[in-house]
Amino acid sequence: MLPELGQLALILALLLAALQALLPLFGAQRGIDAWMRVARPAAFGQLLFVALAFGILMHAFVVHDFSVAYVARNYNSLLPIGYCIAAVWGAHEGSLLLWILILALWTGAVARFSKSLPLPVIARVLGVMGLVSVGFLLFTLLTSNPFARLLPMPPEGADLNPLLQDPGLIMHPPILYSGYVGTTVAFAFAIAALFDGKVDARWVRWSRPWTNVAWALLTIGIALGSWWAYYELGWGGWWFWDPVENASFMPWLACTALLHSQAVTEKRGSFRGWTLLLAIAAFSLSLLGTFLVRSGVITSVHSFAADPARGLFILVFLGIVIGGSLLLYALRAPRDDDGAPFAFASRETLILANNLLLTTACAMVLIGTLFPLFADAMKLGRYSVGPPYFGSMFFLLMAPLVLLLPFGPLTRWQKEQASLPIKLLLPWLIVALIGGGVAFVAMPNAPWKYAAGIAIGLWLAFGTLRFVRRRLAMTGQRFTAEMLGMTFAHVGVAVFFFGILLTEATSVEKDVAVVPGQQVEAGDYTFRFDGVQRATGPNYLSDRGSVSVSRGDRRIAVLHPEKRRYEAGGQIMTETAIDPALNRDLYVALGEPIDARGGWALRVYVKPWVRCIWLGALLMALGGFTTSLDRRFRRNAEVG
Amino acid sequence: MLRRLLPLIIFVALGGLLFAGIQLSRHEDPGALPSPLIGKPAPAFALPELLAPDKIVRNSDLAGAPYVLNVWGSWCVNCQEEHPVITALAARGIVKVVGYNYHEVEPGDAPRWLAQFGNPYALILSDVDGRTALDWGIYGAPESFLVDARGIVRWKHVGPLTDEIIAHELMPLLPAKKVSP
Repeated sequence: MLPELGQLALILALLLAALQALLPLFGAQRGIDAWMRVARPAAFGQLLFVALAFGILMHAFVVHDFSVAYVARNYNSLLPIGYCIAAVWGAHEGSLLLWILILALWTGAVARFSKSLPLPVIARVLGVMGLVSVGFLLFTLLTSNPFARLLPMPPEGADLNPLLQDPGLIMHPPILYSGYVGTTVAFAFAIAALFDGKVDARWVRWSRPWTNVAWALLTIGIALGSWWAYYELGWGGWWFWDPVENASFMPWLACTALLHSQAVTEKRGSFRGWTLLLAIAAFSLSLLGTFLVRSGVITSVHSFAADPARGLFILVFLGIVIGGSLLLYALRAPRDDDGAPFAFASRETLILANNLLLTTACAMVLIGTLFPLFADAMKLGRYSVGPPYFGSMFFLLMAPLVLLLPFGPLTRWQKEQASLPIKLLLPWLIVALIGGGVAFVAMPNAPWKYAAGIAIGLWLAFGTLRFVRRRLAMTGQRFTAEMLGMTFAHVGVAVFFFGILLTEATSVEKDVAVVPGQQVEAGDYTFRFDGVQRATGPNYLSDRGSVSVSRGDRRIAVLHPEKRRYEAGGQIMTETAIDPALNRDLYVALGEPIDARGGWALRVYVKPWVRCIWLGALLMALGGFTTSLDRRFRRNAEVG
Repeated sequence: MLRRLLPLIIFVALGGLLFAGIQLSRHEDPGALPSPLIGKPAPAFALPELLAPDKIVRNSDLAGAPYVLNVWGSWCVNCQEEHPVITALAARGIVKVVGYNYHEVEPGDAPRWLAQFGNPYALILSDVDGRTALDWGIYGAPESFLVDARGIVRWKHVGPLTDEIIAHELMPLLPAKKVSP
């Protein structure tokens, strides 16, 4: 009975979403207050019913209701109860429902926290979000009903994909989706402005805090995914340029560009059309990501069950939403960019460079991701585009970005004497180069990336802190939350690049065949393999290895990598064992048993500074959250 | 105007490409992960027979007639569901059905399972440590392969077999004449 109620709740949510979309949008065009006032209650009502449906699906998992086909396919009564929640979004239907729930939550948050906005603005923004919601609810109800029954009821369910049975996976999808879906808010504000016809700085100011929060969540979501791939897949890599990873990276790049161009539009009035377009692009790329993951057009380790019918539905939806938005843009975007004029040496120019580099990077990722499909469609044969393409592309595009980044905050809007920021930063550039030089001399055998990582880390961190010092030295000037956020994020970029380059330059990776008692040297560390024991988990059997690690005479850690066989599906999973520290990870993964005498293939990695990659991402996210708290956004919202 | 239409034009081109992608993926069975083995000789193996462990079975012992290799384990819930379909397939006598017992924990588990549900297999290979399974690209149970009389892998299915799959995918690949079991 309950699952049918869940479906009913989804249908009611669809009706409310349609109400939330149509009445306020028409009301705003015609100036009918009563219609516009429908937006808020409809948004709250929609949230209520979506949450109800989600709760019912979760309940079906908790009580092991295998008559619900989705539960039977993704849950097994052996599964530890903690994964019950993760199993809800472990496959297509449930994760789609999660998407919808998060959209409803964002909509509810916009309805709740924008009381001070003019009624037509809020009506249009919520109306556009309602339209998006209608699309996704229809998609669920027509092609991917999570409440479909399975008769006869199977006695036991298939297990949740073991790759997903991991604490990281409980948090990764909700946070990543929060970021994805959060781009809807900036998009809705942009479309509302286009409907309104008054594309001025106000809508940008209102949408900036939302964009920052969405971007921060997207950053954490991607970092969590990367961290999960690092320890769960057992290959020791942290980014694979997999199509699904790219699908989350493209909105991130567009959103990063958007954050910067929004700042220009808000403060100087320039780049208005460009900011609109980036807001549309960030959201479109989020939708495209959803399409790529779920349509089966591109196969990847992450792909959900591929289904062309679903792909076609999303494509039509994509066509209506994105095509409609871009048409609206072509018709209504401001014809004259009447922002304040700026000289070549100005912060506007630097942000323009930032935007060009980031959007080019985004376009490169898009091309790399879709090229195999293009080649296939054109009968050019099967291609796969991998790290060599993406790696060299990013090297070319990120090098100027790294060089210019510290100049941005130190350069004034509109016009700056080029010599001033150069004078302020030159000592630090020299310090960074000396640091790189010392690193090169100290470790002459390390690849150039080692020296580059140290130089780039120093340059970005000191260059950013130079801005902080200058700002604090100015009397009577406030150090705003926005500046603090920018500082966090830019220092995060420094930590991130430092982590990547040092990990890539100095990692030691060894694949060896070992028998119990045998030792392996890697870097300064000695790994001793102490054999493998049988162990039993709640829903798997495991071969649990013991590896003790020492450095000189000092014992550092005993690691237990595992090879698990999940009982319900028989899949074999590698569980790596990691001894983490800020400056290095010791990473061990079991390969295959080699002979009857207890010999195993063993993978041993020493990864210096790999944690900095995720630490840098967290700092960037912290920057986004901090910026969104800037008092100016709230004050102006009240005035507006 | 053209400048402002440019994003739309790019998007329309992209949409066309994605539509082509859907058309392409429609022609492939999305559930079937292609096996690199198809069209190639079956991997060489030498495995003990489950119910007579002293006897080692090799590829050459199976040559001369097509056979369906059905991967199963007593631990596998879906194999229980699939079992009646396999039994019916074997009973029709059109093709020899060879079991591939995989990743058993206790030696007694598999014979007990067969005693309980019945043994449809002409013979059963036993692969306890899963090494040979790697050569076959087996990553779970149930999975089924069709190997022809010359020892070439013709077809692979991941997941439980159903009557529809047997009728529409497996049967068309078999020679029309009945093969003596």
